[in-house]
Amino acid sequence: MGEEFVAISLTPMLIGTLAAIACALPGNFLLLRRQALIGDAISHVVLPGIVVAFLITGVVAAVPMMLGAAGAAVVAVVMIEAIRRLGKIEPGAAMGVTFTAMFAGGVLLLEQSDTSTVHLDVEHALFGNLESLIWLDATGWASLLDLEALAYLPVELPRLFGVLLVVALFTWVFWRPLKLSTFDEGFAQSMGIRTGPLGFTLVIVAALAAVAAFDAVGSIIVIAMFICPPAAARLMTNALGAQVAWSVLFATLSAVLGYVFAGYGPLWFGADNAVSAAGMIATVSGLILCFAAVFGPHRARSGAPAEAL
Amino acid sequence: MTQIELATSNGTRMAETSDDAALAIRGMTVSYGQKPAVFSVDMTVPVGSMTAIIGPNGAGKSTLLKAALGVIKPLAGTATVFGQPVADARARIAYVPQRASVDWDFPTRVIDVVLMGLYRELGLLGRLRGAHKAKAMECLERVGMQDFATRQIGQLSGGQQQRVFLARALAQDADLYLLDEPFAGVDAATEKAIIDVLQSLRADGKTVVAVHHDLSTVPDYFDRVFLINTTRIAEGTVEDAFTPQTLQEAYGGRLATGQLGQTALGA
Repeated sequence: MGEEFVAISLTPMLIGTLAAIACALPGNFLLLRRQALIGDAISHVVLPGIVVAFLITGVVAAVPMMLGAAGAAVVAVVMIEAIRRLGKIEPGAAMGVTFTAMFAGGVLLLEQSDTSTVHLDVEHALFGNLESLIWLDATGWASLLDLEALAYLPVELPRLFGVLLVVALFTWVFWRPLKLSTFDEGFAQSMGIRTGPLGFTLVIVAALAAVAAFDAVGSIIVIAMFICPPAAARLMTNALGAQVAWSVLFATLSAVLGYVFAGYGPLWFGADNAVSAAGMIATVSGLILCFAAVFGPHRARSGAPAEAL
Repeated sequence: MTQIELATSNGTRMAETSDDAALAIRGMTVSYGQKPAVFSVDMTVPVGSMTAIIGPNGAGKSTLLKAALGVIKPLAGTATVFGQPVADARARIAYVPQRASVDWDFPTRVIDVVLMGLYRELGLLGRLRGAHKAKAMECLERVGMQDFATRQIGQLSGGQQQRVFLARALAQDADLYLLDEPFAGVDAATEKAIIDVLQSLRADGKTVVAVHHDLSTVPDYFDRVFLINTTRIAEGTVEDAFTPQTLQEAYGGRLATGQLGQTALGA
């Protein structure tokens, strides 16, 4: 059991968890800033960027993919502004059109290009390739201490670990300015906090998490993890620190339970085949949000004034 | 009324150079679109004074304050605080934004909002100590909100929210307090609590500038007024600048002449 688990299940589970937490952390602030759809946007927009980067370089590598994604983000911003101004369309609609159009363009590009030799197709863009991120060199738990076997860990694992470290460090160091500028931007600016660059950095960090996670687990998990764990966490507490902690817990639960349910769930119900882990992880995160919405202790929005003093 | 005095009864000087003014704004121009919201405005606030910025809706009152603080980027103009550029004097400025400008559903408690006033002092990772919390509690006591310290901010009434914002400004321990509509939509008890705090600040030699909309309380609460309607209409002590003529000029037909007379003369 241990041998099979470490080789087949441990790394995808860990990668899913790291990706989920890396997206959920910035998701907390994006949610409170009413920018939660940025995660959605990024994961759609990066597809054509990644495909173009692949067409130019001919390899699926981290740096060209990041550059391609960044380039696509710039194109998206310009397109949104152009549609908004020339078409006199409200910003939300301009964004919706841009993201779906760019994703669709990415799909067309994918079909026209020869990506059959690499893990780059529409299915992978949506669902990732979590199940294939296995650690064949592992022979059991002891392999975790075996340097030779560790060298053959799927590359996504250390990469996502590094990205999570960057995201967590950013959240920790800039906690106060992030909290203050999210709550009261004018006051933050009056104190000398540069809220513009800070908000931009937050989006960059979110994009970093989205692109790294997109590569490993696909866009469905990215979209779900930016919104579901933080939204469920908000219903559990009225303190920002606790909300972030809950969101990490929910992201972890979604990844682990989702992976287990996808692998073994259908068997429990007598079906023969496992289902998509990415789809199940996103589904579990949605279910957690449902439970929080029904049973969460702080689901009542208390914006209405209480009794006057 | 026609005689302009150089010193008022409480000793604030009329004519100040921008060097020793608590706040000096020169040539401030701000535009949101085609039309300027604030046009070429000069303002001089003497140290130790209490000034009301008044004018009709959309006259640029809040905009002037935000532009002076650098919250809005002006097209032109400068602001100095105690003779220094605003960017170098931030530690001496406390700011109370409009209550409606923030999301009161934000997951945080009353005491945490007050502690935000200490973020400059704390820096990015400076440890929050007992002394900081004690200071925040003391500021809450000054506005009568000490019993609400651990409440979620969404549970407060409008007046209570305004007091918490004032407590946060007190925690900033500044010399110049800039308040945007501190009395908007608050109950009578809160209005009294706020004006008491502001007057005690002035008694301590601090300078207070507030965007204000209730003309009837101007003579009671403030010693100076600044009338604005995109451009500066009048500036000076209440008795010099708060007259039916200047009000008529600022508000135009929007205020009945009788009301103007009552407001200004009934002081």
